[in-house]
Amino acid sequence: MAERVAVGTSSGLGRLLVAVYAVFALSATGRSTVQIATKLDEAPVPYLLSGLAALVYIVATVALAMDGARWWRIALAACLVELVGVLGVGTVSLLVPEEFAEPTVWSHFGKGYGFVPLVLPFVGLAWLRRTRPGR
Amino acid sequence: MGLIQVVVAALCGVLVLVAAVGLVRDRTQGRAVLVLSGLIEVALLVHLVVGIVRLAGPHEVSTVTYAGYLVGVLLVMPAAIWWASFERTRAGTAVVLVGALTVAFLVFRTYDLWRFAGVTGG
Repeated sequence: MAERVAVGTSSGLGRLLVAVYAVFALSATGRSTVQIATKLDEAPVPYLLSGLAALVYIVATVALAMDGARWWRIALAACLVELVGVLGVGTVSLLVPEEFAEPTVWSHFGKGYGFVPLVLPFVGLAWLRRTRPGR
Repeated sequence: MGLIQVVVAALCGVLVLVAAVGLVRDRTQGRAVLVLSGLIEVALLVHLVVGIVRLAGPHEVSTVTYAGYLVGVLLVMPAAIWWASFERTRAGTAVVLVGALTVAFLVFRTYDLWRFAGVTGG
């Protein structure tokens, strides 16, 4: 059963979106790897969340870069987790700042990254809406 | 900032301008983008060598993190050019622009790492 994809998620504006996601995948992976490898016991929860953020960015980058209905659904899941993550971690980091002394990509709604982490999931979801398969 | 970091930042600035003009005029990447990206890579290789020499001397910065920045930044422009090369619209030019901004940002971060090493206890 062939599912038709009107516009792939990886071309046009999606090309740029994948590039931005890749930058975040790279930086979050680098930062969280160092945090988890060298000082996990200092603040396990923020650092593990940092690792989760890295994983979500990697999945989103790959899924958006691939065309097809299955990858579209994976990208949707990744962007939703990302949205919940940045809103949840952002809120908690404001409520208990002492637990988030060392900045991570999602703490304070991505303030350390020019709030791009807060905007990115909305752009991703809007793009997925436009490229929804089977229309 | 070291001379080589200023050179990299300046080249990135020129590439950002060229890409921005291309974006407005709806062009895909041209020869100027390739030449500038090549120059950035050469400058980043010098940056790598200077960084390694610094790491060989006495320092307070984390060797793994610093080396990670020195090497990681080399991958950005080739990846951006490769990814942009599949694109037939101006979005490819936007990818190059993001790449140049990322290189500049990473070089500033590399400078900060060295400058603040030992200062904040990190």
